[in-house]
Amino acid sequence: MALVEIKDLAKVFYRDSQKIPVFDGVDLEMEQGEFLSLMGPSGSGKSTLLHLLAGLDKPTSGMISVGGANVTGMKRKELAAWRAQHIGFVFQFYNLLPVLTAFQNVELPLLLTKLSSRERREHVMTALGVVGLTDRSDHYPRQLSGGQEQRAGIARAIVSDPTIILADEPTGDLDAKSADEILVLLQQLNKEFNKTILMVTHDAHAAERAHAVMHLDKGVLSR
Amino acid sequence: MKFMRLIWVNLLRNKRRTILTVLSVAVALFLFTTLRSVVTALDAVSEVGSEARLITRSATGITFPLPQSYFERLRAQEGVQSVSWANWFGGIYVNESNFFAQLAIDHETYLAMYPEMAIPDDQRQAFLNERTAVLVGRGLMERFGWTLDQNVTLQGTIFPGDWEFTIRAVYVPDDPSFGDQLFFFHYDYLYEGVNGNIIPGWYVIQLDDPAAAPAAIDRIDRMFENSSSPTKTETEKAFNAGFVTMWGNIGFLVKAIGTAVFFAILLVAANTMMMAGRERIGENAVLKTLGFQDGLLFRLVLAESLLITLLGGALGVFGSKLMFGPGNPVNSFIQGFEVEWSTVILGLVIATLLGMISGIVPAWQAMRLPVIQALRRVA
Repeated sequence: MALVEIKDLAKVFYRDSQKIPVFDGVDLEMEQGEFLSLMGPSGSGKSTLLHLLAGLDKPTSGMISVGGANVTGMKRKELAAWRAQHIGFVFQFYNLLPVLTAFQNVELPLLLTKLSSRERREHVMTALGVVGLTDRSDHYPRQLSGGQEQRAGIARAIVSDPTIILADEPTGDLDAKSADEILVLLQQLNKEFNKTILMVTHDAHAAERAHAVMHLDKGVLSR
Repeated sequence: MKFMRLIWVNLLRNKRRTILTVLSVAVALFLFTTLRSVVTALDAVSEVGSEARLITRSATGITFPLPQSYFERLRAQEGVQSVSWANWFGGIYVNESNFFAQLAIDHETYLAMYPEMAIPDDQRQAFLNERTAVLVGRGLMERFGWTLDQNVTLQGTIFPGDWEFTIRAVYVPDDPSFGDQLFFFHYDYLYEGVNGNIIPGWYVIQLDDPAAAPAAIDRIDRMFENSSSPTKTETEKAFNAGFVTMWGNIGFLVKAIGTAVFFAILLVAANTMMMAGRERIGENAVLKTLGFQDGLLFRLVLAESLLITLLGGALGVFGSKLMFGPGNPVNSFIQGFEVEWSTVILGLVIATLLGMISGIVPAWQAMRLPVIQALRRVA
């Protein structure tokens, strides 16, 4: 059984009385340890698909299952708890809390667990070690470069050892060198730690780092 | 507790705004606590006093004295056990800010009428035997650091000159509302000091039976109705209550000010929280993406609001308690004025309410925040 199963997924937005279909009848399967890229023009619904997969939004119809859990059938509260445990989200603009240090930002998802302070520290330092930011743990986001901020964002995404990492244009705000470092890091997470990753990107070179590239255009998802 | 740091750093995100809001709440609660204590003290003063003691004063006003001859006529009335009198002295001790009440009393009759003043026997005797002796409340002794047998000089205002006294007795009231800041001395000493140019300020009458008070009041006032100094007689309790109403409707005024201040501060605190909430829409969306539940975000925002108002509230009410604790200088003006613990607790309850009301809207907004739209704003 695939780790991620999307069946006959449809999403329609409504603006006043206007109906705006994003996609209809989307099917997707992802195996454990797979690294997929998702490309497509602006407005094609790439981020929407990511949001639906993370349980941040509800589909108009269809079914999403992650690790055997029926995401579409969960209530708001259940979704939040499930997300904390199973989803690692990487944002384009890092979205670190500016008032917290890198360590404290990475610790955020663990505050939702029952881990002790000492255990949380161990997990955070491990995650920061994986992304190579151990020596920057006490730095605030404003004291980090873009690439370092994104690495802290990735550490936050992996710290609770999620089932899947969803990355929404993780290199979209970075220079070429930093973008390359982030892509290498994602590949490393996939290869060394067998992490399942779905990455939305506009950059064809970035997309090539994945096992497979999918395209979403005019509501149709194709490999 | 593990979320405390998150709440705290969010509070310190805009230090100036947080400090100003905390100070606003502190000033408001300080005012509330202090003013409420004034009302409580005045209410207590209006309740103190005996129903069996009458005060007879000039019908024209408390500042107009009454003839000495009234003493015997009052004493001869049916149902009257004893009569005494007193005068307001109005002296200054060192400087005018050291205000306290000084009363020249007919010492023997007066002390006999006030068993609520506990005085050691030897001191009572020392006070009665010496013309320049004074009887001082314990609170007043503590306030000025006086000791027994110390000489005290007052500068007369109504009765000019330097008046020298020796503290021979200290009383402790059995009811705090009676006040422990009074200064009693012999009327004889004043009489001699002004060469007899003085008559009693008011009379105190002890009745055999409190139930006879209405009839006695009527009889006394009718007796002096057509004299050169008509009187107004009332029970001591009514006299004290009337004295309080001379201040005006303080209770209403304080409540009106308190309500206005409460709503003004509510708006200030609510504005702070709304601004903080608006600034953090994106961050709250990120927290939700990480798995923070709606209820948790609601509680975090509400806790932040509560922390602001409780910090300010604690600063205000404990500041007031510290400033107006036992033996504070205002006690001389308003007997029994003191910020009580019940008022401190009420202040903290109001601060809590303030925090909850001002935080509820931003907390609700954070809870109901649509993540997708909010994420698009930060993306």
